[in-house]
Amino acid sequence: MTFYKPSFRHPELPKNKLGYTSAEYEGVISTLCAGCGHDSISTAIVQACFELDIEPHKVAKLSGIGCSSKTPAYFLSNSHGFNSVHGRMPAVATGANLANKELLYIGVSGDGDSASIGMGQFVHVIRKNLNMVYICMNNGVYGLTKGQDSATADVGSISKAGSVNPYPPIDLASLAIELGASFVAQSFSGDKDQLIPLLKAAINHPGFAFLNVVSPCVTFNNNPGSTKSYQFAREHAACTGRADYVPVMDPITKSYGEGEVTTIELHDGSALQFHKLDNEWNPEDRLSAISALKRAEEKQEVLTGLLYINRNPKELHNILNTSDTPLNRLNEATLCPGNDILQDINEGFR
Amino acid sequence: MKPTDTKNPEYFHKVVDCQYACPSHTPIPQYLRLIAQGRYSESYMVNWDSNVFPGILGRTCDRPCEPACRRGRVEEKPVAICRLKRVAADHKEDVKRMMPQGPFPPNGKKIALIGGGPSSLTVARDLAPIGYEIHLFDDQSKGGGFMRSQIPSFRLPDEVLDEEVGYILDLGIHTHFNHYVSSMKEMLEKDYDAIYVGTGAPRGRDLPDLPGRWDAKENIHVGINWLASVAFEHTKSIGKRVLVLGGGNTAMDCCRTARRLGGTDVKVVVRSPKSEMKASEWEIEDALHEDIPIFDNHVPKSFVVKDGKLQGMMFEKVKAVYDDTGKRKLIPTGEPDVFFEADDAIVAIGQENSFPWIERDLGIEFNEWGMPILDAKTFASTHPKVFFGGDASLGPKNIITSVAQGHQVAISIHLLCEGLNIKQDRPSPFVNLHSMKMGIHEWSYDSQVVNDKRYIVPQADKSETLNNIKKEVELGFDELEAFKEAERCLNCDMQTVFEENLCIECDACVDVCPTDCITFTFNEEDEGEMRAKLTMPALNTDQSLYVSDKVKTGRIMVKDENVCLHCGLCAERCPTSAWDMKQFYYNVTKAHNMGEDGLPPTVIY
Repeated sequence: MTFYKPSFRHPELPKNKLGYTSAEYEGVISTLCAGCGHDSISTAIVQACFELDIEPHKVAKLSGIGCSSKTPAYFLSNSHGFNSVHGRMPAVATGANLANKELLYIGVSGDGDSASIGMGQFVHVIRKNLNMVYICMNNGVYGLTKGQDSATADVGSISKAGSVNPYPPIDLASLAIELGASFVAQSFSGDKDQLIPLLKAAINHPGFAFLNVVSPCVTFNNNPGSTKSYQFAREHAACTGRADYVPVMDPITKSYGEGEVTTIELHDGSALQFHKLDNEWNPEDRLSAISALKRAEEKQEVLTGLLYINRNPKELHNILNTSDTPLNRLNEATLCPGNDILQDINEGFR
Repeated sequence: MKPTDTKNPEYFHKVVDCQYACPSHTPIPQYLRLIAQGRYSESYMVNWDSNVFPGILGRTCDRPCEPACRRGRVEEKPVAICRLKRVAADHKEDVKRMMPQGPFPPNGKKIALIGGGPSSLTVARDLAPIGYEIHLFDDQSKGGGFMRSQIPSFRLPDEVLDEEVGYILDLGIHTHFNHYVSSMKEMLEKDYDAIYVGTGAPRGRDLPDLPGRWDAKENIHVGINWLASVAFEHTKSIGKRVLVLGGGNTAMDCCRTARRLGGTDVKVVVRSPKSEMKASEWEIEDALHEDIPIFDNHVPKSFVVKDGKLQGMMFEKVKAVYDDTGKRKLIPTGEPDVFFEADDAIVAIGQENSFPWIERDLGIEFNEWGMPILDAKTFASTHPKVFFGGDASLGPKNIITSVAQGHQVAISIHLLCEGLNIKQDRPSPFVNLHSMKMGIHEWSYDSQVVNDKRYIVPQADKSETLNNIKKEVELGFDELEAFKEAERCLNCDMQTVFEENLCIECDACVDVCPTDCITFTFNEEDEGEMRAKLTMPALNTDQSLYVSDKVKTGRIMVKDENVCLHCGLCAERCPTSAWDMKQFYYNVTKAHNMGEDGLPPTVIY
């Protein structure tokens, strides 16, 4: 196992607006298997946070149990972290978020943690539209327990041992759209050019942002016949469009080839720019997003890219009409304003 | 871009920056590892094979390897390669048993070497074990040439010199010391199969036209002659106030020697700005440490002499001005001239070649500067039997360059005597590339890069060294310090070798690389465009790009060799072993390793 990483970095490493290099966003060295897709996603998170000039101490990373849930150790060592109970990350994230809405919440989960043991929590956190980034590192297999098919494994997918999965998969992206998630995207760990802009958009999204990322398990699910292998993902990835996240005020530099370029302006003035590849799909229309997913499924394709976005969602704090000041900063005098106020309130109910 | 041809030994050789920069291409990382393992004798032998004088060079080398060291690009200072070499020499056991053992069966060929310095001795060492009868001529009483006469014993003790010169002379060399060769014609008339000229650059530059130069001859000395006179104990004292003119290493040796012979007020005066002094940084530091001030931008105007006795010197103050082409001009500042008092002055402003003993009608041609016309590779002169090397060939350089040239001359002589073509039949280097994989994530070298600043070699106390010219100033690293310093080596000979057919493009190597060396991207025609578009743009164009053939998605792997730490993490995190860490061993073939009858090359892992 690799347990040591030199601390030397490239001497010309660029700095962001805070004066940090990407090294300040790294975590400890990964203990996952060599070649695990999860490590690429960790690197993408590091890069996205670095590029967005996020202050590491204003991030909370949360996870449940599983290979994927180990990854918060491997990125953002200078941020807050909570490694919770299996499948219970959404509950902990909800509590933390309600107490302090000023942090950026990055939840990491896997297909077992989300689609099996944590399914109950997963659907409810979507329903409640908690303002967080929920990343599912989806490899279709229980890696930590030596390679059993998970609930997201495609029907017919062949395991390393040669058995064929008889059950249909739970499609987490469709489910999220169905339940009203305000930002849903799919990607592949081996395609950082796509993943990083999506992560940046998700981080800036003021509501629940779900990213389902195919992340191959090299040890147990990278064999021929698997539908979650590097090779299968590369050969069957169909893209809704190449997206580029454009921060506020930055001039648009990326040049696209022929085709339609769509710009989705986000709540804070930043924008997502698209070179749309699928003309029947409209990212702001849930129905068209779901049909795009279904069309891809019929063609045995994995649809990647942004699938659906609601630019003005009502997140949990708006729904509950919580105070503008984070709850953890309200002092006793504010929380217990005294008998006079209580009497006034009681009077109001009479 | 085309895929990199790693079969060409020069590709990986260039990655081993120190070895590539070393004129005799000593396998440096190899011997540093041996030091770290405490295998000093083996480390010494790796050195001895390549640079012949590990103990001497470990104290006096110009260290072209150190500015090239990769550690200097990721941290502040390079590995103290030179002083580690000395550690191998200091701590070795009996190494003579590991050297070629004579007597060697004669091959019937007879060679004359004129001059007993490093290049001649190298030729002798390379040729003696394959049966050559070697006659070495020198006008000094002992071998070593300028290493003996020019380098003061407080930097290079006599015992070290005697020992390493002795290893060579003991190979059965016929020495003719105290023998000045005064005629090349006579030498050519004897039955030598080849004659080698390694007579160095024996003439010190003077200031013959400076006013006053000849009015106080007794107290105005030429640097290299004066050093030789001190070395052979003809000169034992000097005045209290001494001026040393010049900014090279000889000037540094002169001023420090003067401090030990009675000079209490020794000044170095140099024409150019300090930043352009030719002396090595560490030699300047040592002079400053011995309370010797350096006055730069002072051009000598005259020696001031009164009643036949030197009083001091006048200097004009100048400043350096550079034109558009970067050419330097020293312009007077207009300030009043400066007078420095002095009892003695030493002129150490350079040295020149001189071949008064070579008749000009022998077919040995000289150019307009009086230097022999030579082939740059074979060092053959225009006379088929005469070769030049060391400082006598291309002008004064340094010991390690002389050694490197000595190896090449030995090959030329051997080829000539074998009736082969000295240009076309030269041997290729000895190379080897083998995997260091020991287990799943284990390498048979210490791959963990340590963060550690360069260690300083301890020195003897000034009160002691300034009173005893024989007392060596540097004490050398002890074993623990040597271990720590050797551990700073990044093992650049452990090559990252990429096999595109095995790659599944999982990005693990890209993600883990601490210095962002690796990029998977689509190919570009132009190297400049490729360099610019890498994850970390490869701006150091002295360093190569390692380019693979296409992987499955049609992209290629491009690795910028510049700041690769050779930590092995790319190979460690590669699930398919598309990356492997392989030790690259490169050794210049020596004359005695050539052909089927040659000795096996020195390979110590």
